[in-house]
Amino acid sequence: MTEAEPKKAALKLQGVRKNYGQVVAVAGIDLVVNEGEFFTLLGPSGSGKTTLLRLIAGFERPDAGRIELGGRDITSVPPHLRDTNTVFQDYALFPHMSVAENIGYGLKVKGVPRSARQKRVERALAMVRLTALGNRRPNQLSGGQRQRVALARAVVNEPEVLLLDEPLGALDLKLRQEMQIELKQIQQEVGITFVYVTHDQEEALTMSDRMAVMANGQIEQVGSPVEVYERPATEFVAGFIGISNVLLRDGVRFVVRPEKIRMLAEGEVPEPGMTVEPGQVEDVVYVGMTTRYIVRLDRGEQLVAVRQNMDAVGDAHKFQGRPVRLAWTANHTFVLDDGR
Amino acid sequence: MLLLTPPLAWFVVVYFASLVLLLVTAFWTTNPFTTQIVQFWNTDNFQRLINEPTYHAIIGRTVLIASLVTITDAVLAFPFAYFMARVASRRIQTLLFAAVLLPLWASYLARVYAWILILNHSGVLNWSMHLVGLPPANIGYTNIAMWIVFSYIWLPFMIIPTYAALERVPESLIEAATDLGARRWQTVRDVVLPLALPGVVAGSIFTFSLTLGDFITPILVGGAGSTLIGNVVYDNVGIANNVPFAAALATVPVAIMAVYLLIAQRLGAFRAL
Repeated sequence: MTEAEPKKAALKLQGVRKNYGQVVAVAGIDLVVNEGEFFTLLGPSGSGKTTLLRLIAGFERPDAGRIELGGRDITSVPPHLRDTNTVFQDYALFPHMSVAENIGYGLKVKGVPRSARQKRVERALAMVRLTALGNRRPNQLSGGQRQRVALARAVVNEPEVLLLDEPLGALDLKLRQEMQIELKQIQQEVGITFVYVTHDQEEALTMSDRMAVMANGQIEQVGSPVEVYERPATEFVAGFIGISNVLLRDGVRFVVRPEKIRMLAEGEVPEPGMTVEPGQVEDVVYVGMTTRYIVRLDRGEQLVAVRQNMDAVGDAHKFQGRPVRLAWTANHTFVLDDGR
Repeated sequence: MLLLTPPLAWFVVVYFASLVLLLVTAFWTTNPFTTQIVQFWNTDNFQRLINEPTYHAIIGRTVLIASLVTITDAVLAFPFAYFMARVASRRIQTLLFAAVLLPLWASYLARVYAWILILNHSGVLNWSMHLVGLPPANIGYTNIAMWIVFSYIWLPFMIIPTYAALERVPESLIEAATDLGARRWQTVRDVVLPLALPGVVAGSIFTFSLTLGDFITPILVGGAGSTLIGNVVYDNVGIANNVPFAAALATVPVAIMAVYLLIAQRLGAFRAL
């Protein structure tokens, strides 16, 4: 194996800040997105993720800070001159243009000649598997098809960075999961840097190379999905991604993920090195693939433990109200360092 | 349904019936000595319209003026409505709305007379031109004066539907165009204008039809060659007492508007109202 090439930055934000009157939408963000990366901005609504995306696109101007695209300062470059394209949440397809005209619009205004334009539009249509629908109007398409047109319209321009603002938000679950895979495939195919905004943690975990978790206009943590899930930096991150069980023992705050907690059977001897705490099952929640046990520890905290449903049907409910012992190993816990 | 009956009955009896009556009357004639209406079916009135070049000229002039007024109003209204709908703050927007609607509170006649004071030979226009050392414009009592006054009077009827259509253009479409690299004028040309066009066409229904039927402005600010269809109708009813011929001539703007509305409907104007 040759040594990995040092990653080049496609996008660099330095101290980017945006206020709306008294409200701080983006509170001084530093961020580097590498070339060819699928980067996700994850956060609840109001966390500033969409504002950050709009700052990168140029629809909003930052009150402070600097935005670099491909090494060039674009902080004060207007959106039509930025080498970014956006897939909008509501798709924003032009209703008076055909699908092909929609996709070709960016090339047209940039003066790409007709024949070259046609070829690229056809390739983009093929990429999103809509070859036969080029002459349709957007209102003759289904939600999923519109979503793909919006994607093709942005990708066809081969931008330095593609910005996606909750593009799957309006689709139903099944279609959303299909599109997650397809989006990721397309991203790898075209090799364009994606900056993807979502509030859906599962979407972020499945699709991203790296992700940033945002809250209150700030970035709480940046890392790969595994890093962020397994080693959340703050309680907020732990709680936002997955269920977080926060415990305070001997002055140390730490988190145990529900799927890492063992519920010991009566008389079962814990493995060496395991921490064991007694409690009582308060609630049993059946969620199909798994069952969630909400346990009140004798020391007062509430923990959630998850077990796969491998037992007999309806077996889980017999735990309701019973005393149980929960066990976990120290290397499955992580200490919170935010001091909150 | 029951609630709809009175307005519907009103519409059918008063509005529709009078139109039918108009059409029927057009096929009657008058006794040249007594000027009494003779209920004798014939197409003389229409033949007169077809054969006499004077009426061709009058119809042509009317349609031309109505078209010019419509185009002028569309050109003036679009940037104004664009500013109102997409640029101005809420406060300025309200202010501009008031400015557009305020003239409609004043009498039509008063506003036309005001233009006479501006355009006639000793009016404000010539006086101002003289002040800056230019020769007098002398456009009072000409077709140009008529064109200006019509354009002024019907402008609010163009601004309001255009404004409504522009306001309905989603902001995200404008952002999308910008995002794809379109300059402001390209965005306006390729996205805003096509989407607001039904509103402009809706406005043009008003400006076009109102000009087509008017007879007061030609009398007040027009000159010798400013006779429109409305004037001939007026003269035939009031002076010549030839109601059948007036009716025949009045069917011309009705027919023109029928065609116009059909085209407007195709362009989606009714959905914009």
